Parts: sequence; C-alpha cells; structure tokens
Amino acid sequence: MGLGKLNFKGKSIISINDLSKDEIVYILETAKKIESMPLSRKQKLLSGRIMASLFFEPSTRTRLSFQSAMTRLGGRVIGFSDPNTSSFAKGETLYDTIKMVENYVDVIAMRHPIEGSARLASEATKKPVINGGDGANQHPTQTLLDLYTIKKSQGKISGLKIAMCGDLKYGRTVHSLAIALSHFDCRLYFVAPESLKMPSYYLNELSRKGIIFSEHEKIEEVISEVDIFYSTRIQKERFPDEIEYEKVKDVYILTKDMLKNVRKNMKILHPLPRVNEISADVDSTPYAYYFEQSANGVPIREAVLSLVLGVLK
Amino acid sequence: MSDRPYKVFKIKEGVVIDHIPVGKALKVVNVLGLGRKIGNSIITLGMNLESKKMGRKDVVKIEKKELSQDDLNKIVLIAPEASINIIKNEKVAEKVSIHVPAKFDNLIQCPNPKCITRNYEMRSLFITAKKEPLQVKCHYCEKVFGRDEADLL
Repeated sequence: MGLGKLNFKGKSIISINDLSKDEIVYILETAKKIESMPLSRKQKLLSGRIMASLFFEPSTRTRLSFQSAMTRLGGRVIGFSDPNTSSFAKGETLYDTIKMVENYVDVIAMRHPIEGSARLASEATKKPVINGGDGANQHPTQTLLDLYTIKKSQGKISGLKIAMCGDLKYGRTVHSLAIALSHFDCRLYFVAPESLKMPSYYLNELSRKGIIFSEHEKIEEVISEVDIFYSTRIQKERFPDEIEYEKVKDVYILTKDMLKNVRKNMKILHPLPRVNEISADVDSTPYAYYFEQSANGVPIREAVLSLVLGVLK
Repeated sequence: MSDRPYKVFKIKEGVVIDHIPVGKALKVVNVLGLGRKIGNSIITLGMNLESKKMGRKDVVKIEKKELSQDDLNKIVLIAPEASINIIKNEKVAEKVSIHVPAKFDNLIQCPNPKCITRNYEMRSLFITAKKEPLQVKCHYCEKVFGRDEADLL
C-alpha cells in the first residue's frame, strides 16, 4: 500500500481535499489502534504537549471533542471559546493571533466563521493547524469521523450503498463526505427537494471519478436499498419563502414506519444536532447509529493529534 | 465589406493583442492598467473587425509596451484565444502564445464575500481546476468559479 511513506508530523489538516485515499485510510486505522490501546499507554501518549483551542465562533460539540481527545491522551489545552474575550476583540488580525499563539503550543485546533481562515492560519505558523470548521467550507475531522463510523458499522467502506438526505445544496458535511467517498467506489443516492439538490460541481466531480449516483426526491425511493442513510437538517432559513419550506419539511422526516423493509445491516447517521428530521421513535431501533457516530469524534481527533504531533507513525 | 482596408493604425514598437472576443477589447485595456496610467503609449482599439478565424474580433495595439507574465495571465481570463505579437521596427519580431497558467497569484478577486481574502488584507491565490472551459478554484475558500464569475483585481 505504500503506507510506510506517509508522514503526518507537522502537517496541518485543513481540508479533506488535501488528503489522499492512503492518508484517509491511515488516519482511520490509527483511530482504531488508539481505541484498542491499553489505557496506561494511551494516557501518556501526548503528555507534555499543549494544544491551543481557538474557537472564534461557538461550537460546543467540536470544541469539547477536541479538548477531550487531547486530555485523554495526557496532553493539556489552553485557549478560548468566546472571541469577545480574546485579543481578537481588540482588532488583532487572525494572522497575528496565530503568530502569537504558536509560541505557546505544539498544535492548534481552530474554528472560525470565515471561509479559508484555517488555510491562512496554517500559512502563518510552522505548528500543525487542525481545522475544526471554517464557515461553510471545510470540517475535515467531521468527514473523517463519518468515514470511521461507516467503516466501524459495516466493516468496510468500499462497495457500500450510501444515501445522503436533506440540504444537499448548502450542507458542508455532505459535500465533503461525497468527495471523500469517491475514493472508495461506493454507490451514492442523493435525496433532496428540488431547491436543495447537490450542486452540479460535486456531481461532475463524482462522474469524473466514475462514481455511480442517482438523485431522488423521496426517502422511500432509497431507504430499503442502502447500507447507510446519512440524514442532515433542512434549515428553514435556506428557503426563499415559508410556503416552500412547509411543502417539503415533512417529506424529509425519517420515521420508524419507513424502516420496515430496510437491510438488516442498515445504519442511520446524522452529524447532529438534529431538529425533527429523525423522529424520536427511530432512536430505539437497531438502525440508529448517530450517537455512536458523535462518540467517534474523540478517537478520530486523538488519531489526528497523535499523527500531526509525530507521536504515532 | 471585405475589401475595406484595416482601420487600425500600424505601430512601430509595441504589442498587438489580436483575436480578442468581440466587445472585450476595453476590458483587456482595463486589466492591463492602461485605463488609468497610459504614460506616453498610444493605444488603438479595433472592435468588431472581420476575422477569418473568429467571424468577428477585437484588436488592441499598444505602443511602447512590454507584457509581463502577470499581464498574459490576466489576458487569458478574458481572451483565452488571443494571439500576441511583439512589434519591433514595424515588424512582428515575436509571437507569444498564451496559455492557462497552473495558478493565478494575486490576480483574481474571490467572488465569495465570505472568503478570508475578502475579509483581510492579503493576497489572493487561485488554482486552475479545469482548462476548457476555464474553472479556477480559490486556494482559501475552495470555491470553484467559471471565467465569467471571476473578477480580476
């Protein structure tokens, strides 16, 4: 596989588009390795290392998951979760903030509302930067944990039938996941209302890579065929008028009734938070897998931190 | 019409940008910064001229001007099929072919208002995603744009 040549030490993780298939597979394997590592070894893995947690925009889930990953491996965390209390509020540029912070830490995890901010940050420092979301652009550790969840639940990624449902036009998560899955020869199904369909740019990319996909307007058209059903939120504010929203909102709610003829191994994923797109009665079925999915954020971030800090090779 | 003589002045030293799509000559002049600072160059524009190759075309002739690589990269964005002739002593001394570069460094303004390059004072960088039809990808926000969407700085 040539995996021996991979070297993550000092490397920033900014976009899923920067990662080759081998690199993605290697990160997933490292996460698995860390999960089965004896606690005594795991707790010392990153001892003496410090992570800056720079959250220029609130995100409880991502921030806590990064902090948990660093702390569980014996590392320490400094940073801020409210840009209003940082020097940023005094008008300091992002570039200057990163230049200052790099002297204090070994690795930087950041979230920022402006698209491309993480790339700029990685150009300001030699320390590795991990993008925890830059506006509507990228959130690579989310994509990696989605892939890890798919692999864990099905034992493989290649050859699976995977549906994505909801807001496919603006959804950062589904764009990145579709592109990442294009490395794995999956059959993709896109379920969305006409006004929120997957942008043609991504469809062209998939075609170019020889990926077979189809577009649908109803969950029922695909649910019994797929191995993975990836649900996402449809945001009211994305619709030009409320009537349009009212027309489609109930069509994209997954209920227990719809699961009668699904494959036994089928799993439902969702990046969370959900609003009403998966009804609560689905939670108790063997198909619900979104809480396991969010738990996978920790081992994936542990893997990424260990690799970019050069502790695991 | 075809026996009508060419109405664009010959130049002695300078550059001729030929085969510009009709209506784009002024844009070429502007992106080369000649709309603002002309110096002592004489610029002549021919618009909607007959062309065997294109049917109709625009031509721009600029006296006492040399084009930099950045200039050529800007022209590619507007007139991908332009041919460029360097004139010395009233004769074509060199033909420069233009081609789409691998990247556009600080030449394009990102059309995405949420892009970091639009919110900080910094350089822009675009990577060529596809040559024909041209698509460029912002190195920062990773959005992809076609020729008509990408504004020059």
